[in-house]
Amino acid sequence: MSVTEMFADIQGFLSADQDIREDIRKVVQQLEQAAREILTLLQSVHQPTGFKEIPTKCAKAREMFCTVRTHMADLKTKFPAEQYYRFQEHWRFVLQRLAFLATFVGYLECEALVTREEAAKIIGIEVVREEGFHLGVEDYLAGVLIMASELSRLAVNSVTAGDYSRPLRISNFINELDSGFRLLNLKNDPLRKRYDGLKYDVKKIEEVVYDLSIRGLSKEPDNAGDK
Amino acid sequence: MSKGDAQGCLKKSGGLQERDASANASSSPVIAAFKVFQQELDTKHDKHERLVKISRDITIESKRTIFLLHRVTSVTDVESILKESDVKLDLVRRKIAQIAEELKGEDIYQFHRAFTAGIQEYVEAVSFQHYIRHRTLISLEEINAMLVFTEAQSTDAKEPAEEDAPPPTVTAVSAPPFQVIPSDYLLGVADLTGELMRMCIGSVGNGDIDTPFQLSQFLRQVHDGFSYIGNSGPYEVSKKLHTLRQSLAKVEDACYALRVAAAPRSPSTCWPTCSPAATP
Repeated sequence: MSVTEMFADIQGFLSADQDIREDIRKVVQQLEQAAREILTLLQSVHQPTGFKEIPTKCAKAREMFCTVRTHMADLKTKFPAEQYYRFQEHWRFVLQRLAFLATFVGYLECEALVTREEAAKIIGIEVVREEGFHLGVEDYLAGVLIMASELSRLAVNSVTAGDYSRPLRISNFINELDSGFRLLNLKNDPLRKRYDGLKYDVKKIEEVVYDLSIRGLSKEPDNAGDK
Repeated sequence: MSKGDAQGCLKKSGGLQERDASANASSSPVIAAFKVFQQELDTKHDKHERLVKISRDITIESKRTIFLLHRVTSVTDVESILKESDVKLDLVRRKIAQIAEELKGEDIYQFHRAFTAGIQEYVEAVSFQHYIRHRTLISLEEINAMLVFTEAQSTDAKEPAEEDAPPPTVTAVSAPPFQVIPSDYLLGVADLTGELMRMCIGSVGNGDIDTPFQLSQFLRQVHDGFSYIGNSGPYEVSKKLHTLRQSLAKVEDACYALRVAAAPRSPSTCWPTCSPAATP
C-alpha cells in the first residue's frame, strides 16, 4: 500500500468520525434548548411569588423532561453504544445541566437528594456503562454541585420572600452533601474544581443562617413556612 | 510531569478523608450513597493511574529503542541493531498487552488519555524500525496485527520462547488484542518524521550520500499525506504538521547542499557567479 493510499484510508475514517459528531451536535443542541426551557421555568422559584407555586412548577418541569427523554432516545441512535466515551465531550456539559435540573426538581419536591438512579431515570438514561448511555458518577456529582450553588441562592431569596425556616433546612442539606463530598478522593480534575466551589455555597448559607439567628428570625416556628 | 502532580493531590485528598471519618459515623442515606461513589471513583482512578504507569514505561522503552535505531547510521552491521530493537519492542508489546488486559470489557476511550502518549511513542519506534528495514511506511493494520497477544503475556515463563520468535511477534489469539486508534497512529507517524530528519542529518555527517535523498523523498510523501488530512484530523495533528514542515525543510536543505557540493565547480564561472557579466 502506498503512503498516499494509507493517508486516504485514514482520511476516510476521520471524515466518518466528523459526520457522527455533526449528527450528535445537532441533537445536543436540541437537548440544550430543552434544558434551558426547564431552567427558565425553575428560575421563577426565586421570585417572592414563586414560592407558593413550587409544587406546580415542579409538576410542569417533570412534564418538560418528557422532551428531554425523547431527545435522549434520539441521541442514543447517533453513535455505536460502546463508544460513549469517544464522543462524551459533546454531551457532557448538557448532561451535567440535566443532572442538576433533575436533582433540583427533586429537592424542591421533597427536600432530599435525588439518587443517581432516579436522576438517570428522569433524564431517560441508564446508570451503569454496560447498559448503554449512562449518567456517569462524575456527571451526576457535577450536577449535584450546581444544585448546591442554586440552593445557596434559594436560601437568600427565601429570606427575602419572608420564609425563614427554609434556609435552615437548606443548610442542613448542604452540610450533609458537603460531608458526603469529603468522603471522595477527588483527583485534580474538573469535578475537583467544582467541588472547591462548594465551600463558598456553604459559607453563604451559613451567613444567612447566622443573620437569621442573630435577629431572632429563626426562632419563629414554621409560621412562615411554605407548606 | 503533570501526571505526577495529580498523584500527589490524590494522596492529599486521601488525608482529608480520614479527617472526616468521624463525621460520617451518623450514616444517612446521602453518606451511604457517597460511599458508593467513593468506591466507584477510586476504582476508576486506580485503573487510570495503573495505565499511566504502564504508558510511561512504554514511552521510556520506546525512546530507548529509537536511540538504538539511530545508531544504524554509524555502524556497518545494521541487522544486529534491528535484531536488538526487535527484542526491545517485544518488551514494549508485552507492556501494551498489560494495557489491553486492563481495558478488558472497558470503553477504550474512557481511559484513552492515560495511555495515548505511550502508544504514540510506540508507533514512532515501530514505524522507525519498519522504515529502516523496509524503507516504507508501516500501516495501521500492520501495527495492530503485531498487537495480538497470547494468553501468556503476564507469565514470565513465556519469555525465552518469545525472544527468538520472528519480528511479527506472537500468533495464537485468546488474550484481548490492543487496537491503536487512527489518531494515535497519525500522531506517532508525525513524530517519526522528526526521527527521520535526525537520521538524515546524521547520515550526511557520516558521508552517506544516498540515504538523505531517499529520506527526503519519503518525508515528502508523508508530508503530502498529512497536508491531505490537513486540520480535519485531531487538533494535535495540525500542531505537529508545523514541526513536520520544519523537519522537511531541513532535510531538503541538506539534500540541496549535498547536490551543490557534489557538482564540479565549472572553471569558466569565476567567484561571484551572479555578476551581470556571467548572465547573458
